[in-house]
Amino acid sequence: MARDPVLTFTDRGIYCPAGDFFVDPWRPVDRALITHGHADHARPDHRRYMATPAAAPVMRFRLGDIAIDTLPYGETRRIGGADVSFHPAGHVPGSAQIRIEVAGEVWVVSGDYKIEPDGLCEPFEPVRCHAFITECTFGLPVFSWAPQAQVMAEIDGWWRACAAEGNTAVIGAYALGKAQRILANVDTSIGPILTHGAIENTNEVLRAQGIALPDTIRVTPEMDPKDHPGALVIATPSALGTPWMRRFGPVSTGFASGWMRLRGVRRRRAADRGFVLSDHVDWDGVNSAIAETGAERVFVTHGYTSIFRRWLEDQGYDARIVETEFTGESLDDPDPQQETAQ
Amino acid sequence: MKRFADLFAQLDQTTRITPKVAALAAYFQDAPEDDRLWTIALLSGRRPKRTVTTTLLRTWAAERAGIPLWLFEESYPIVGDLAETIALVLPPATRGSDRSLTDWIGVIRGLSALDEDARKTAILSAWNSLGPLERFLFNKLITGGFRMGVSQKLMTRALSQATGIDEAELAHRLMGDWTPETTSFDALVLTHDPAADLSKPYPFYLAYQLDDPPEDHGSPGDWHAEWKWDGIRGQLVIRGGQHFVWSRGEELMTDRFPELAAARDFLPDGTVIDGEILAWGDGAPLPFNALQKRIGRKTVPKSLLRDAPVIVKAYDLLEWQGEDIRARPFADRRALLDRLVGALPPEAPVRLSPLIAFDCWDALAATRATSRDKGAEGVMLKHRASPYLSGRKKGDWWKWKVDPLTIDAVMIYAQQGHGRRANLFTDFTFAVHDGDALVPFTKAYSGLTDAEFRKITAWVKKNTLERYGPVRAVKPEHVFEIAFEGIQESPRHKSGVALRFPRMSRWRHDKPVEEANTLEDLRAMLAAYGQGGKVGVDAVTPQETD
Ligand SMILES: [Zn+2]
Ligand SMILES: [Zn+2]
Repeated sequence: MARDPVLTFTDRGIYCPAGDFFVDPWRPVDRALITHGHADHARPDHRRYMATPAAAPVMRFRLGDIAIDTLPYGETRRIGGADVSFHPAGHVPGSAQIRIEVAGEVWVVSGDYKIEPDGLCEPFEPVRCHAFITECTFGLPVFSWAPQAQVMAEIDGWWRACAAEGNTAVIGAYALGKAQRILANVDTSIGPILTHGAIENTNEVLRAQGIALPDTIRVTPEMDPKDHPGALVIATPSALGTPWMRRFGPVSTGFASGWMRLRGVRRRRAADRGFVLSDHVDWDGVNSAIAETGAERVFVTHGYTSIFRRWLEDQGYDARIVETEFTGESLDDPDPQQETAQ
Repeated sequence: MKRFADLFAQLDQTTRITPKVAALAAYFQDAPEDDRLWTIALLSGRRPKRTVTTTLLRTWAAERAGIPLWLFEESYPIVGDLAETIALVLPPATRGSDRSLTDWIGVIRGLSALDEDARKTAILSAWNSLGPLERFLFNKLITGGFRMGVSQKLMTRALSQATGIDEAELAHRLMGDWTPETTSFDALVLTHDPAADLSKPYPFYLAYQLDDPPEDHGSPGDWHAEWKWDGIRGQLVIRGGQHFVWSRGEELMTDRFPELAAARDFLPDGTVIDGEILAWGDGAPLPFNALQKRIGRKTVPKSLLRDAPVIVKAYDLLEWQGEDIRARPFADRRALLDRLVGALPPEAPVRLSPLIAFDCWDALAATRATSRDKGAEGVMLKHRASPYLSGRKKGDWWKWKVDPLTIDAVMIYAQQGHGRRANLFTDFTFAVHDGDALVPFTKAYSGLTDAEFRKITAWVKKNTLERYGPVRAVKPEHVFEIAFEGIQESPRHKSGVALRFPRMSRWRHDKPVEEANTLEDLRAMLAAYGQGGKVGVDAVTPQETD
């Protein structure tokens, strides 16, 4: 008799029959293993959650009083007939790939991940497996990222020029992950750094769990931006171009995202500067990550799935598409949880 | 090329006009003269002749990137631009280069003398010595379609700032049949002799749509009205025993419309007429697709000359007896035009576009409502005293188009957009009810706001029923109002109709699917509006015609 697969794909999300749990489910379930705290992966209303200790504080902050069990990277927990462990995904602080072993067969759910260490979160570690469920948000050969140091130098150069011309540099970035990555890597000697409320809330949670971030000043109705000349303002993407920005006087706007690699998208976004900076893997990254798992079966989620699957088949993999409700790196859709957290 | 790439980056990095013009003006002061000339050429739609086919470029790029050609081809529509796709897939360059823009254009032009292997070597070597942005620009120079986010108007303004020459004068100098090979920066821009170029048209005067009631613009007695024909706006230039036909897009179209050569038999040298090129038969415009067939052909077969003959409907007179009369009042120019064209015999390919008599605005509104029957898309209002200005200006001229036709339809298929909209669903197919079935009848791409496109994109992702390659069948759940300019019978389409310029004018959140229109409604519209002889095919590139 054929064995059940380690994971199956249901309309509630990725399910493990042997352990009776879901990974990043999008409808309420009894037990949910969560790769990371972004809204499309960590949803409300599950009965029990499991995540890494570093991912838990943000989840609690955003989802409220949830029952959450933590499992440090590399430790194994038995759930029903499955052995489960979390491994760094390099996406945002606390983000994990989830390894699930049932009767000697190993499957790994990547969640969102990137390869290059970013100086903020635990660097990505490849995990050997038989089947790999990978994101492919940027799974096209046109997406390749320059080294982080180069992008940060571009951001620094832009900030410096803005400061010299008396403009405020306002950069749009996700409240969890991208904002702190910029914060942790820009040249803080250029000037003060102001943060949008939603971002500062996340900063506070991360600082409280021991992650070192440079000093920031929260933008509030009472503060006067004129007291902080030459500042870099880190804003949520949805705050760019809204009346919230008026207080800063003359501004130059920037936007940090993998999508900025495409000139057309950059122009539609109508920011003055686009910085190609993503917390997802690029083309070379996703291909090397898959190769390093040693997996023969690959399931692809969010992104250019049908093209990427064909490419993997060409390379000799048994590749399939998994329909999910993960949104990948979205340019415009604000993370609704973050936006209400002002 | 670095200086040019810097300029491009500066223009690309801001959406504000002032810094764009300043960057360009600085470039016109400090770039090498040949590069300035080429930049003017590129920004006014001129480019070097294509010396490598895009098929070869794609093949070489895929090969160099180490990816199969199909993967390159799948990536291209997502990026939306061939030059950019090539630049993005290639591995980083290993060398640098200090060659100027003009030098690189020389390399591209030199390719035509080489065999295929040598061309490939030259291209690969160029790709390997250019930075990412320079490489994109190099590819753009080969493939054409240069867009730098700067209109010709802004370019002219920058050049005016850099040289101190009046903007309108410069606009005129930059028109005509020149290329960087046939002139120099000095001859074209600085020491310009207008008599040197017989073919040169005048910059077109373009009108804005009238949005407020005409009463707000004063007394009817101050205004002339005429039909706004739906053809190709153009200028007919007759000088030195020759004639030249220019489109509004500054394309020389003389050879496409050989029947207009007969104008020389009826009009004297030193005449420039602004008018509308129309396919014409039996005293009315032929359906627009008749003209479309003509636009597509560089040489015209006899059968087409017979089936879709063109004429110029004359709106205005810009040059009379060799004199530029654009500064004179419209009423005076129009009177001269009348004398010149009004009495021509029917075999002349130039006809007067008649003025519409009206004594009050209500009367004009009533006439305008009959535009579709006339084969016109509305009326033009021109102030009696208006000079012929250059470019799109408010105040003296207005176009007053008829309202579009509309129908409420159900979205049934969705497809991802390209370029600017690569990560959004923007291309949709719409259907009307036919009994229990939904019959697709049109596609539409435009009309929604970015926010609406984002919303529908999120919805499509969650409500896909089936995929056919890039096309997704979605739940028939949303109703949109589709606006269009015309409708005509089309046996090629399942629905039997084709629309002209369809777009989404409104997302009808308020309408359940059951209340969308029916095929019967569509056929009724065909019966009511389809005979006007004005409509054409869908899926043609909208030809801006004012
Ligand atoms: Zn994520
Ligand atoms: Zn995700």
